[in-house]
Amino acid sequence: MDNWTFGITMIIVGMGGTILTMWVLSLLMGLLRKLFPYKKEEAGK
Amino acid sequence: MAGFSISTVLLKTGFLHLTIGHVIMWLIAAAFIYLAIKKDFEPLLLLPIGFSIFAVNFPLAPLVGEGHLFYLFYHYGLEKEVIPPLIFLGVGALTDFGPMIADPKTLLLGAAAQFGVFVAFFGAILLGFNINEAASIGIIGGADGPTCIYLTTKLAPHLLGANAIAAYSYMAMVPLIQPPIIRLLTTAKERKIRMRQLRPVSKIERILFPFVGTTFTVLIVPDAAPLLAMLFIGNLFRESRVVERLLKTSQNELLNIVTIFLGLAVGSTMIADKFLKPEPIFIFILGLFAFAFSTAGGILLAKFMNLFLKEKINPLIGSAGVSAVPMAARVSQKIGQQEDPKNFLLMHAMGPNVAGVIGTATAAGMFLAMLR
Repeated sequence: MDNWTFGITMIIVGMGGTILTMWVLSLLMGLLRKLFPYKKEEAGK
Repeated sequence: MAGFSISTVLLKTGFLHLTIGHVIMWLIAAAFIYLAIKKDFEPLLLLPIGFSIFAVNFPLAPLVGEGHLFYLFYHYGLEKEVIPPLIFLGVGALTDFGPMIADPKTLLLGAAAQFGVFVAFFGAILLGFNINEAASIGIIGGADGPTCIYLTTKLAPHLLGANAIAAYSYMAMVPLIQPPIIRLLTTAKERKIRMRQLRPVSKIERILFPFVGTTFTVLIVPDAAPLLAMLFIGNLFRESRVVERLLKTSQNELLNIVTIFLGLAVGSTMIADKFLKPEPIFIFILGLFAFAFSTAGGILLAKFMNLFLKEKINPLIGSAGVSAVPMAARVSQKIGQQEDPKNFLLMHAMGPNVAGVIGTATAAGMFLAMLR
């Protein structure tokens, strides 16, 4: 594999993996919000 | 008298072994110390690094050989991977992930801002660096000193000094590097976009986030576990609110102590005969490209997301995905207020800013997974 091909492959795989990881983490955070919504009583604590 | 002569004594002084390389390194050290003291460029790192460079570039001084003082700092602090994770403990203890938890799509902006990491990696390979060196240079684009040092120590320890200096120098120059790129890639109308106030985040969300974050990211990129686990432990200290003593120590004394050792250890790698080569110049150039493309990556993803979102994102906060916390967020706030003085973007920008810390550690884990 030449340098150009290798480099572009790494950009796609590396960026893709990073974005995918963070995207799924964002979905999990959305799930947390639904499971444990903010309650106004917490504002006083 | 047995074996005593003036010449023997003279040969044991450093004067006769001084080279032009040593003097050049002294000047380089002086430049970093000047930047730290006079220009306030990341003084917490550049000052100890600068003086360490100065101190280790004296001939015959027993500082960097095996078993000697600065070598011990390097060996036990960096080679044994202790210092960067401890710094991440402090970072986690200092970081409020609330803005990110409140608006989880900012995690994507933090991820997009790692684009420069991989572009710089590509550029480094084209310039003739090997794969491991290229990865360690690329991670400079994440604007995260401890992650850069962690990855470089594992993949290309001979580049540690140059990479660390480049990373911390460019982090200090974020307010100079980012604005022209931001203005090039955004319109005045986009910069004026106002975003809805962030929702409040429940305490249970804040406490569960470290567990969710650790579980998921460490399962995906186990090699990044030392950094990510310590980041989230520190954050749990903060959000639990039941370990104030541990929290204060993590935020202050511990962080300060390891910062001292980090600076001395990094500087000790910059010995004249190892540092004075063409590679550092290329590293500095690639580091700048890495920063620029990371800034662009965050902005462009924000603009792309706006094609599908009803509530638009101000693309300025995309540039804050570069994890120079909180400087990159402040740049977003400042430029936003130049367009609209009543537009307060700081808290929105903090979301991608802190997400970028996780993003850079994840990118480092990707490199380790692909290259080791």
